[in-house]
Amino acid sequence: MAQPFRLSRGGRIDRTRPIVFAFNGKPVHGFAGDTVASALLANGIHLVGRSFKYHRPRGILSHGPDEPSALLSVDRGPGRIDPNNRASVVEARSGLRTTSQNHWPSLEFDVGAVNDLLSPVFVAGFYYKTFMWPRKFWDKVYEPFIRAAAGLGKAPTVADPDRYANRHAHCDVLVVGAGPAGLAAALAAARTGKRVILADEGAEPGGSLLHDTTSQIDGRPAADWLAETLAELDARENVILLPRTTAFGYYNHNHVAMTERVTDHLTSAAGQAPRERLWQVRAEQVVLAGGAHERPLVFADNDRPGILLAESVRVFLNRYGVAPGRRLVFATCGASAYQAALDARAAGLDVTLVDLRLEADCGPELAQLRSAGAEVLTGHTVIGSKGRKRVTGLVVAPVGSDGRCGGRRLLACDCVGMSGGWTPAVHLFSQSRGKLRYDDAIDAFVPNISAQAERSAGAARGTYDLAACVNEGFSAGAAAAGSDERQEVRATPTLTGFQPVRIMPTDANPTKVRAFVDYQNDVTAKDIKLAVREGFQSIEHVKRYTTTGMATDQGKTSNMNALGIVAGQLDKALPAVGTTTFRPPYTPVTFGALVGPARHALFDPIRTTPIHEWAEAHGALFENVALWRRAWYFPKAGEDLHAAVARECKAVREGVGIFDASTLGKIEIVGRDAAEFMNRLYINPWTKLAPGRCRYGLMLKEDGYILDDGVVARVSDECFHVTTTTGGAARVLAHMEDYLQTEWPELEVFLTSTTEQWAVIALQGPKARDVIAPLVDGIDLSPEAFPHMAMRSGTICGVPTRLFRVSFTGELGFEINVPSDHARAVWEAVFAAGRAHGITPYGTETMHVLRAEKGYIIVGQETDGTVTPDDVGMAGMIPKAKGDFVGKRSLARPDVVASGRKQLVGLMTDDPKLVLDEGAQIVADTGQPIPMRMLGHVTSSYWSANCGRSIALALVEGGRERAGGHLHVTTPDGFTRVTVCEPVFFDTKGERINA
Amino acid sequence: MLLIACPHCGKRPETEFRCGGQAHIARPADPMTVDDGAWSEHLFVRANPKGVHAERWCHVHGCGRWFNALRDTISDRFIETYPMGAKPTQFPQSETRA
Amino acid sequence: MRRFSLTSLLSESLRGHTGWGRQWRAPEPKPRYDVVIVGGGGHGLATAYYLATVHGITNVAVLEKGWIGGGNTGRNTTIIRSNYLYDESAAMYEHALKLWEGLSQELNYNIMFSQRGVLMLAHNVHDVQSFKRHVYANRLNGIDNEWLSKEECKAFCPPLDISGSLRYPVLGGALQRRAGTARHDAVAWGYARGADDRGVDIIQNCEVTGIRRDAFGRAVGVETTRGFIGAGRIGVVAAGHTSTLMSMAGVSMPLESYPLQALVSEPVKPCFPCVVMSNAVHAYLSQSDKGELVIGAGTDQYTSYSQQGGLHITTHTLDAICELFPQFTRMRMLRSWGGIVDVTPDRSPIIGKTPVQNLFVNCGWGTGGFKATPGSGHVFAHTLATGTPHKINAPFTLDRFRTGRLIDEAAAAAVAH
Repeated sequence: MAQPFRLSRGGRIDRTRPIVFAFNGKPVHGFAGDTVASALLANGIHLVGRSFKYHRPRGILSHGPDEPSALLSVDRGPGRIDPNNRASVVEARSGLRTTSQNHWPSLEFDVGAVNDLLSPVFVAGFYYKTFMWPRKFWDKVYEPFIRAAAGLGKAPTVADPDRYANRHAHCDVLVVGAGPAGLAAALAAARTGKRVILADEGAEPGGSLLHDTTSQIDGRPAADWLAETLAELDARENVILLPRTTAFGYYNHNHVAMTERVTDHLTSAAGQAPRERLWQVRAEQVVLAGGAHERPLVFADNDRPGILLAESVRVFLNRYGVAPGRRLVFATCGASAYQAALDARAAGLDVTLVDLRLEADCGPELAQLRSAGAEVLTGHTVIGSKGRKRVTGLVVAPVGSDGRCGGRRLLACDCVGMSGGWTPAVHLFSQSRGKLRYDDAIDAFVPNISAQAERSAGAARGTYDLAACVNEGFSAGAAAAGSDERQEVRATPTLTGFQPVRIMPTDANPTKVRAFVDYQNDVTAKDIKLAVREGFQSIEHVKRYTTTGMATDQGKTSNMNALGIVAGQLDKALPAVGTTTFRPPYTPVTFGALVGPARHALFDPIRTTPIHEWAEAHGALFENVALWRRAWYFPKAGEDLHAAVARECKAVREGVGIFDASTLGKIEIVGRDAAEFMNRLYINPWTKLAPGRCRYGLMLKEDGYILDDGVVARVSDECFHVTTTTGGAARVLAHMEDYLQTEWPELEVFLTSTTEQWAVIALQGPKARDVIAPLVDGIDLSPEAFPHMAMRSGTICGVPTRLFRVSFTGELGFEINVPSDHARAVWEAVFAAGRAHGITPYGTETMHVLRAEKGYIIVGQETDGTVTPDDVGMAGMIPKAKGDFVGKRSLARPDVVASGRKQLVGLMTDDPKLVLDEGAQIVADTGQPIPMRMLGHVTSSYWSANCGRSIALALVEGGRERAGGHLHVTTPDGFTRVTVCEPVFFDTKGERINA
Repeated sequence: MLLIACPHCGKRPETEFRCGGQAHIARPADPMTVDDGAWSEHLFVRANPKGVHAERWCHVHGCGRWFNALRDTISDRFIETYPMGAKPTQFPQSETRA
Repeated sequence: MRRFSLTSLLSESLRGHTGWGRQWRAPEPKPRYDVVIVGGGGHGLATAYYLATVHGITNVAVLEKGWIGGGNTGRNTTIIRSNYLYDESAAMYEHALKLWEGLSQELNYNIMFSQRGVLMLAHNVHDVQSFKRHVYANRLNGIDNEWLSKEECKAFCPPLDISGSLRYPVLGGALQRRAGTARHDAVAWGYARGADDRGVDIIQNCEVTGIRRDAFGRAVGVETTRGFIGAGRIGVVAAGHTSTLMSMAGVSMPLESYPLQALVSEPVKPCFPCVVMSNAVHAYLSQSDKGELVIGAGTDQYTSYSQQGGLHITTHTLDAICELFPQFTRMRMLRSWGGIVDVTPDRSPIIGKTPVQNLFVNCGWGTGGFKATPGSGHVFAHTLATGTPHKINAPFTLDRFRTGRLIDEAAAAAVAH
């Protein structure tokens, strides 16, 4: 198919593999190896987008990751649409559908371009100065208008069907960038035998060598050196070569994050292949060889489609076999653009070059280009460009030593290649917190003092000559691998030499000139000067006020020009204005790559108990508690939560219920000093607790507030079986280890988490003993031999058990601890034995109701990190004579002993059917004005089938003294009256538990 | 992500560790004998230096042991890690200034 | 001060905007000021502004070691809300919110306060209890905050996934409609311009290196990189650097400074109408007027002044964002950054006197300081002007850590049991 701007030969594209993709619905033909940008250019398409603010027609500026303008939405199939892709890095392949962005109704005719006419008003920061009246208009009118105008492409609207992978890797030497310096570095490091990873953002490693068709290395074409080097690296088992892999973040301690694009370039990817892979590399040493970015020239209307960076013109010519135009004008202030011009001449194109430098300041490049038949105008500035949706000409003029412009001349052209010099890509170096140094000779910041184990090489540290890059890279790679090996190649000298310019001299009225610095955000030189005039003099202020450097290219093409203009305006040296700190990422990174597989069930691990599948099979619904899935309730057909819980609650009090308590945290505390350790950690005393007995323990943080609670059994003199709350297990163990290891290392105590080892089957209700009696061996279950708060070892169903006689319901109850592997079998046996007694499985909701009927607290519900033992009525558990324990001192602080603290009470609504909202607030007087004085809040509230009414627990200021009094509690639409009572609603004498 | 040299296990990524804040804060032998001011200082006041900081870490997803470290809070570079109960062998001033 | 308006903007546009002058001056420091404010962030500049406008004290300097608004003011996710639980916090943040509501007009600077609503998602029963506790407490304190069912959450924030397939499904949420966001940089600049106009000297690139005390221990001025500057009263408002500054006066603080990271995506057309916060899965998300998704992460676990945190903190945050909003997986992280947050033991600020006479401090805002900016400046100005706290900042003393009268919002939202 016709690709009118495809050169007849050359390039690294595969002309045997044609491809076709869509751009704005029209087919675009190209070849395998093309980027979307090169294929568009091969078809003469330059207009590919509209700018952010002024909706100016924009084309392709660059060939690489620094592209600010050519941003396309790319559709790779259902659910695989994403915006803001740089056409210069998206590999073209059949089946892609690309569309331009930020225009209406079409790219060619965009109503938004009216903004361009209003540009005299829409200067930097204009929105800070207006849109303030009338006040209500901001939310309703102005902001929606601004928001609709802003943004570039459209966000995806459906879930992404692709998957993403994550890999952690270690290596001795990580080399970032596979251009001449990076390749040489990898080679040198690899030859030492060290483990090397070489990552390059391009589809093909090689960097500038991929478009350097004229240089020779050691007398042979550079391409040969590239091929041989890659072959050697490829053959080495100690080298991982990663193309399409962008190192985007340099974090602490040589932790480098990279993203690998795995399948986007493939027409049909293997089914399970990830779209991208995040590499997190921990490298002993890093070599940064990420090259440099070319700077645009700042002149009026330097943003027209058809105006490219000079090196990008060369890349399109040599690497892709595409002529971005037929009549080319190069504009430059340095030598490198001459190579592009020479290559364009060699491709048979019409070439003129305009150099701001005076004849005498130019090097050998001048004669070379002239002898190639191109016109070269030295000492000339660019005044502006002509054209609208495509450049048609460049207005140039001679400029005298006084800066005054001579007569204008229009150079007709269909493509401009400009070069304002080069900026080393110091992003990763800066992220590593290395210190930069301004190098006057190349007008750029270069790496100076390293902060981490890294070194830079090649253009990334301002070395532009090919042989120097290779040799420097080799030395850097060798040094990174601990070798002092050197290598000296000889190569064709690279055309370097450059005189920096901030804004091209012009004879136009400076207030009318719109010379773009940040293309994407439409920031002009004029905007930057305005910001400086208004007092924004730090580069960080200028960035934020004008938004220069804040677009998706993060200022790769604009930062140095912006800095230069600020420096010029302030009449300061450039480094005095400072450089901005580079932050990750180097180029935008897909969220999916950062997330990897961490979705849904892999977002957080799900912990389940050995009884989980049984509960599922018996119709349980589950709730998340910390990482656990716990059975919430077991509805029978037609039952809702309310009905099921009412039934379960009755069943426990009238017969027997079975409950999976396996999620309780369990810690085995053993050792000579176990009791002393317990004494120091809990508010309770432990020394005199007899083996085989249990005690409810309460533990504080050092600040005196309740940390956790749970029943503890003394297994032997030197062994305690501690239980914790479900969510608190890890926290409590960490708390214990902290004190044991750091405060009391003299204690001989060992802590072991046994949460996963013991499953716990709670059997609660008056018939509990009857159910297990036939199953238990070796334990006398009689109330006399086995009273409440005792623990016995024996067997159940032949399985060893620690059988606790404890209760969180107020009923006769047992908690059967058995090894987890046997839990399901024991559970089923108990359940089968219980059928005759009407055994009922119950879940966490019923557990909550039953314990609330008894006024038992749940840490984290009745307590919230500001509650002391006295607040919940448990100060009595602290023996008067008890010595120090964690948190004791804090209980004596003035505001902790003061009166008026919130205390745990029960509440009963006047209307027994009304169930209060948990979290509802409590006041004494509903007639008071807002803000009202709040006395406390409802911590727990349920319908109690056993009490035949609603019940609630609450923390209330001075609550215990209010017993019998009335208070008012908020409801969704007002207040309701309650009576304060003791926090126990059922079996207030506590007789059932000792049955 | 930091790379932390556990004195018992060697270098491991930060996600295996829990930071326990400032090191070498001695808990009063008998807290009940100190006044409210001293106690609140013990509980809450922290050096929070800009520069070299002695802090506690626990290799919680490894050996489970607490240890101490000297780290520069400006550069995040570890100068030294050492077991509980030990003293650091060096205590340089901050290597960098903010 | 040249007033900003559509008229002035249009008239300037006719002459190439050559008539705009500096938004604030760049004065040389005077030998002595009535009040020296250390720290040119939003809080410090607001303090200066209210000292001048409310208390008529204009012989004031704001000393900034770098450039104004360059610390946490310019590094946060700009969320503004006042639906706090405790009376003390609610009063403070509601005071601020009321000031936010008229701030663009008051400052004649469009700070783009956008009351698009902040929706806090509940993912477990404990969240539900906690949020309802907030909703009811707010109601009695006169602060808008309402409980939404998960379907109502979806209606308010259509991109939200309320299906049961989430690891922690959305059970509902608390919505404060008056809450929202503002343009953070503009807040600093607007206060600076307003304060400067009333005579306050804003002195950038002036780092405080010492606090001078007289024989009686009273603070009398600051040593700076630009020489000694005398002061009647000194207010330290330097988030992230408070411990260092206060140690210059011999005052140790109950503070630790942690890295706090945030990030933005590439800009896209409007796709996210409000602010969503989820404490349970650690996600904070809104869309800026420029089109970027603005995402806040949690703090790193260690103290640091590096303004850089670990990647795992960022990825974990994005895990949560993509869990709640799976359509954003193909969006891209454009920029990430870190700030330094001063955290107190109860995670509430300290605003008021210090043991050193004439030295006052405003610090410890943790991860939530931006939203308080106008209120914080207003009450701190009162404190500096009168020598005694405003009734709103009276509870936020340094002494509360001794007495145990903590204001612990985070503990009140205790983790699941």
